[in-house]
Amino acid sequence: MSTLLSPDDLQSVGLTLELAALSTAVLLALTIPLAWWLAHTRSPWRKPIAALAAMPLVLPPTVLGFYLLLFWGPDGWGGQLTQWLGLGRLPFTFAGLVLGSVIYSLPFALQPLLHAFEHIGRRPLELAAMLRASPLDAFFSVALPLARPGILTAAVLSFAHTVGEFGMVLMLGGNIDGQTRVVSTQIYGHVEAMEYGQAHALAALMVAFSFAVLLYLQWSRAAKAQGAA
Amino acid sequence: MSIPRQLRLQLQLSRPDFRLDVDVQLPGNGITVVFGQSGSGKSSLLRCVAGLDRPDSAHIAVHEHVWQDDRQKIFVPPWRRPVGYVFQEASLFTHLDVRANLYYGLRRAKDADPAALHEAIELLGIGALLARDVAALSGGERQRVAIAAALALRPRLLLLDEPLAALDAPRRQEIMPWLERLRDQVRIPMLYVTHSVDEVARLADHLLVLAGGQVHASGPVSQVLAGLAPPIALGEDMAAIFSATVQARDPRWHLMQVQFGDASLWIKDAGQPLGTPVRLRLWARDISLARSRAHDTSIQNLLPATVTALLPEAHPSQVLVHLLCGEQGIWARITARAAQALDLQVGTAVWAQVKSAALVG
Amino acid sequence: MKLACLLLSHRPLWALAALWTLCVPGPGRAAEVQVAVAANFSAPMQKIATAFEAQTGHRVRTALGSSGKLATQIKAGAPFEVFLSADSQTPLALEADGLTIVGSRITYAIGRLALWSRQTDLVDAQGAVLRKGNFSYLAMADPRLAPYGAAALEVLKSMGLWPSLQSRVVQADSVGQTYQFVASGNAELGFVAWAQVQEAQQKGSFWLVPTALHSPLRQDAVLLQKGKDNPAAQAFMPFLKSPQAQAIILSYGYTVYP
Repeated sequence: MSTLLSPDDLQSVGLTLELAALSTAVLLALTIPLAWWLAHTRSPWRKPIAALAAMPLVLPPTVLGFYLLLFWGPDGWGGQLTQWLGLGRLPFTFAGLVLGSVIYSLPFALQPLLHAFEHIGRRPLELAAMLRASPLDAFFSVALPLARPGILTAAVLSFAHTVGEFGMVLMLGGNIDGQTRVVSTQIYGHVEAMEYGQAHALAALMVAFSFAVLLYLQWSRAAKAQGAA
Repeated sequence: MSIPRQLRLQLQLSRPDFRLDVDVQLPGNGITVVFGQSGSGKSSLLRCVAGLDRPDSAHIAVHEHVWQDDRQKIFVPPWRRPVGYVFQEASLFTHLDVRANLYYGLRRAKDADPAALHEAIELLGIGALLARDVAALSGGERQRVAIAAALALRPRLLLLDEPLAALDAPRRQEIMPWLERLRDQVRIPMLYVTHSVDEVARLADHLLVLAGGQVHASGPVSQVLAGLAPPIALGEDMAAIFSATVQARDPRWHLMQVQFGDASLWIKDAGQPLGTPVRLRLWARDISLARSRAHDTSIQNLLPATVTALLPEAHPSQVLVHLLCGEQGIWARITARAAQALDLQVGTAVWAQVKSAALVG
Repeated sequence: MKLACLLLSHRPLWALAALWTLCVPGPGRAAEVQVAVAANFSAPMQKIATAFEAQTGHRVRTALGSSGKLATQIKAGAPFEVFLSADSQTPLALEADGLTIVGSRITYAIGRLALWSRQTDLVDAQGAVLRKGNFSYLAMADPRLAPYGAAALEVLKSMGLWPSLQSRVVQADSVGQTYQFVASGNAELGFVAWAQVQEAQQKGSFWLVPTALHSPLRQDAVLLQKGKDNPAAQAFMPFLKSPQAQAIILSYGYTVYP
């Protein structure tokens, strides 16, 4: 089996994991404040912003990738902005894929977080205020711990979603060695080139890995629930 | 005698389906019970005092410290007000154990004193619960921990929002003695919201009655309940509550005599030493009236009194009679027919026959 | 007995049955052929199909895709009857698997490779821009998947530029996507099909790559087993070699065998 996994393949696995981890981290940093705001605001902007955040669910990833390619290209506003900022251009780069993944997986991170914060409600925060905690303090010492299951779900979903990302990478990636060559496009390439053995090997590796991760999560959640009792 | 420092509450709150308009001065010590039916605004009042809800216009001052004044554009945010708050439910953090809950405020209050926490733990008897998880506590235990957590910060005002409403009857009875201990031993003024007359009877020093977002009555509890100020509709629970002193004892019949003013009653001997002040409750339904003093009746507590008012009751067959016994007001509920048969008028002298009187608290 | 009575009593049913028999193609009547076509040939294919339908009265249904994908589908039993590939390897592979009618394979077009940029001043007519290297990204199709990509790789290797340019190469899934990368400006230049440059009316700048630098881009067509008894399929293959079809193919920038 190991002869079937070429150095290219293995590198793509590493790159994919890196991409998923970084995207998840960025996504959580972005969506936790956003979900918090959405859960508590009474602003009229709430509904349009929530709808906008759910849009990536509706667009086929290939379409999303295509429009990002244009938007971040030399003709698009995004591309002109990044160039003006001295950041070069985003298509064909790892950074571009991270950003694309963040957009693509946004609803998957936002929904569980929003649920978790809404579920907490106002009472724990009022309690914190009555025990001399400022709103920022209350967010970190009460809201985040209470939302931990939701945060974990958001992280897992984003990670898994990014690992499985294909259409967007296909459009935006350029299959550059060490930068944008991820597992999903590798498997696809093997299938296209009728290198079925390699496709099977790589796919099996990813399936085994994902299953192990998810199984571990199930186990740790059950252990936590038991430990708490 | 110096006037105890006051709580000045003046606030207006306007919502689509609700209005709160309050302007009162409350005593700066003892328990003020805020009584009213649901929707009367009592919880809103408490939340405004705590700063959790923001009234449209307000002047809130506690012991001369202004917490909110819209004219001077002062608004102290809730986490900076030296107030303790006990919620009706979900009153503890579920992600922390009991000890962590108790220390949460202490870690953040600027003038925190661990001694206060230990006192509170003693007072509420929760020492054995410290290592427990919040989910493992009974409802009554949870509320006791919540009260201790609030007390540990030595607040200038303790707010309790229907703390027993979410408990079942046995739990309520279990926690009542602790609340009475609180009332007896803690020198902090308290605002206690409830719709339970029992809690009024057992805890209130001062009574603030709210109805429809307005103040209906405010004053010492015996006065509000027994005075001529518009009576609050306590319904079946209508009663007079006032203090008396243990005067004498009859060991043979296991009775003791309690005296108020010039009048006295013989009640069940509860063991208090002579001279101890006690709190009495006389239900209106337990008092019947007679024009002449009856001699061959099982009712031995007969009080001379004067009729001061006759008020219609919810049901047309009933009438509520207000009497003055010396300086103490008492209520009696009789049928309208009886009132007419006895030709009761304002000023009529009658005998109040007290079938039973109970000690409260 | 009951069924017969049921049928006899329903006159509309008879009318429908009669109509249906008229529509089923029998020998000599107009037929339909399912053609799988490599995506880069889609534009000329449309015209060829129209001409074929006009001449023979048969109908053509086209399915587009990359040669590799189409081949995989054919192996999995897709109902294609004729296959127009973008290369010569894929039809060979299908032949080896016994999915084709032996002897039916023909080269219907020969492609040309072009190095193209949408910037009018970037690519010179000798391709010296590759040595100059004044660009960030060079796009080409994945050599494993597309013959134009394999040809591009051959060109770079034969020019000795592969080692130095490799890090700047952006690989696309197909020559269609290669074109997209270049057309959007994300890659300044790329190796695309000459037919694509023609379609864009030769806007931008280009280098028509000499055929000596790469293996010929023979595009082969083959009759598949599924089309064995289909007159439309059988008529389509020779039509590809007809003067009409060849004129169309030439007009799109391909070459043909005489």
